Amino acid sequence: MKLVMERREISSPLLRFSAPIASIAVALFVAGFLLLASGVSPLAAYKEILIESLGSLYGLSETLVKTTPLIFAGLGVSLAFRMQIWNIGAEGQIYMGAMGATWVALFSGIQNHWVMMVAMFFAAFFCGGLWAGVAGILRARWQVNEVIVTLLMNYIAILWVDYLIYGPWKDPKGFNFPLTAQFGDAARFAEYFNTRFHSGFFLAVFCALILYLFIERTVWGYEIKVIGSNPKAARYAGMNTGMAIFFVLFLSGAIAGIAGFSEVAGLQHRLQHGISPGYGYTAIIIAWLAKRSAIGVVIVSFLMGVLLVGGDSLQLLWQLPVAFVYAFQGLILFFLLASDFFIIYRVKLVKGVING
Amino acid sequence: MKKVTLFLLLILAVCFSGNVFAISAKKEIKTGFVYVGPVGDAGWTYSHDQGREEMEKLPYVEPSTFIESVPEGAESARVINGLVRKGHNLIFTTSFGYMDATIDVAKRNKDVVFMHCSGFKTAENVGTYFGRMYEPRYLSGIVAGKMTKKNIIGYVAAFPIPEVIRGINAFTLGVQSVNPKAEVKVVWTQTWFDPGVERDAADSLLDVGADVLTMHQDAPATMQAAEARGAYVIGYNSDMRIFAPNAFLTAPIWNWGSLYTKLAEEVHEGTWKSEQLWWGMKEGLVDLAPLSSAVPADVQALVTEKANAIKAGSLHPFSGPIKDQSGKEVVAAGQVLADGALLGMNFFVKGVQGTISK
Repeated sequence: MKLVMERREISSPLLRFSAPIASIAVALFVAGFLLLASGVSPLAAYKEILIESLGSLYGLSETLVKTTPLIFAGLGVSLAFRMQIWNIGAEGQIYMGAMGATWVALFSGIQNHWVMMVAMFFAAFFCGGLWAGVAGILRARWQVNEVIVTLLMNYIAILWVDYLIYGPWKDPKGFNFPLTAQFGDAARFAEYFNTRFHSGFFLAVFCALILYLFIERTVWGYEIKVIGSNPKAARYAGMNTGMAIFFVLFLSGAIAGIAGFSEVAGLQHRLQHGISPGYGYTAIIIAWLAKRSAIGVVIVSFLMGVLLVGGDSLQLLWQLPVAFVYAFQGLILFFLLASDFFIIYRVKLVKGVING
Repeated sequence: MKKVTLFLLLILAVCFSGNVFAISAKKEIKTGFVYVGPVGDAGWTYSHDQGREEMEKLPYVEPSTFIESVPEGAESARVINGLVRKGHNLIFTTSFGYMDATIDVAKRNKDVVFMHCSGFKTAENVGTYFGRMYEPRYLSGIVAGKMTKKNIIGYVAAFPIPEVIRGINAFTLGVQSVNPKAEVKVVWTQTWFDPGVERDAADSLLDVGADVLTMHQDAPATMQAAEARGAYVIGYNSDMRIFAPNAFLTAPIWNWGSLYTKLAEEVHEGTWKSEQLWWGMKEGLVDLAPLSSAVPADVQALVTEKANAIKAGSLHPFSGPIKDQSGKEVVAAGQVLADGALLGMNFFVKGVQGTISK
């Protein structure tokens, strides 16, 4: 008897649909033992996660607040994935986008709310885009690996923002603490229902729709898909792959940059250290799980929001250590990724001895 | 008597604030703590947790809740709000980065008392608290200045914010008061808690010849680096001697218990009002851990003498003349740096080798 793996010719829609659900169930099951070991009833804990993140207007608002930057960053990363370009730099692009938006908010002198919003949007768009565009040029012209470039540029972006908030952009009235001044009302998103839920969410969903139409309904979107699945054929068909690589990385970074705009205009109302607690990295997982679909990104981001918001309640209610929350989130992602494997491959028991 | 006091306070509130506002007395106190790191067994968060446990001994204080490793910035608002929604009526946010979030949540929950550690923003239901850590820092500087042989002292520091800069300056003034030839080298780590980075920074200081180290970090990595290389080390936050039994000299430490107990009492009695508490060694909020036996008796006596002078108010570490790194006099002889200048401190004194990005 021997265990072999073989690639599935086609993966059935039923399998595609049920595998992620089954994997979440397995993860919940395994995490249940961890909960039992800490003396907490798993069912009560899961109920609490759902109630906390979805069971009230407040919980839902917080989940959506958390979902918003994940959608932007996830869209950016997944767009590049479409072309087999690996943008690991969404984190840095978020910071650069936030920086661009902050510059407009603090120093442009614009008074009108809508003019301010548009200006901040484009500042974030271009800052995030150009930041990723550097990797695009290097890749298109000299075949420099974009994984390394985008990843390392994260550190540069974060340190650059640190430099600004510790130095030239520091709030003169802030007792020398590393914060910029707070934005005026013109530079803030509207908030709703007396919660922190802000307009950024609508912008995120709107972006997802635009991106969906762009990919599925335009020639450019079609080219991206073709170059992604078969670059040689694309070149043979006369497509300018170099230009496309730059363009896709630019757009990918630009969308991630809007996450920075949304975070400073909707939530932080200033630039400070740690404006993104790793959204850019979570975005990679989101893009992967969403199978590069723009609508999928919205759904997966929302699930991730539920997990992150609900996870807090485990600490709050049962005083479980923070490590448990991380382990719990890790388990779910682990099994989700594992399910991917079973969608692509089938595992068979083969009788007899196989050579080799 | 208490009722009369409360009544008078209410009248005062009406007279001075313009709008009627008072936090009602609370029979049962349910406290929540927001921590920036894991509790662990040493460091900043650990010291707060010790204070929390001490406060819990009050009969009317219900078992309290703490949330570990809460990211600073807007993210923390959700956690703070969660504590409010679970019925906590006295909430401590124990890191600077929670300032905006604390104010924001407090605005929506006027009957809950919030205490934010180390910030500068207050509201009618938000007070701030912090300690004059520069006092024991100065004393630990005296120890370092006496113990160094190579006259190179290393300082592993987290972020160039006023609190950390104040500590470095106080320490250096202590060093220079007994050993004007000694210099304090500063290495920034840009993190509060990262044992690996802290260890690297400590090793780099040992590599350039430092024979006494100290730090403003949450992990005990600097202690372990000094122990491994046979240097001396001064801890911070809590008494860290178990991490470096031979290298350990002393540590400026926090005792949050008395402050937390007092605040819980005030909220219970309804006498709490928003203020900016900045306690020192006199109130017992900060202190110097007992000196190790490696410190000679004459130095021990000197430190005790200076400690008593600080407690009595006759010695202020930031009394002039103080020169900055360029040698320019920033505090004239006979002057003492005011609290406002201390809170926003943004320069290094003479004797510090390092830079603050501007």
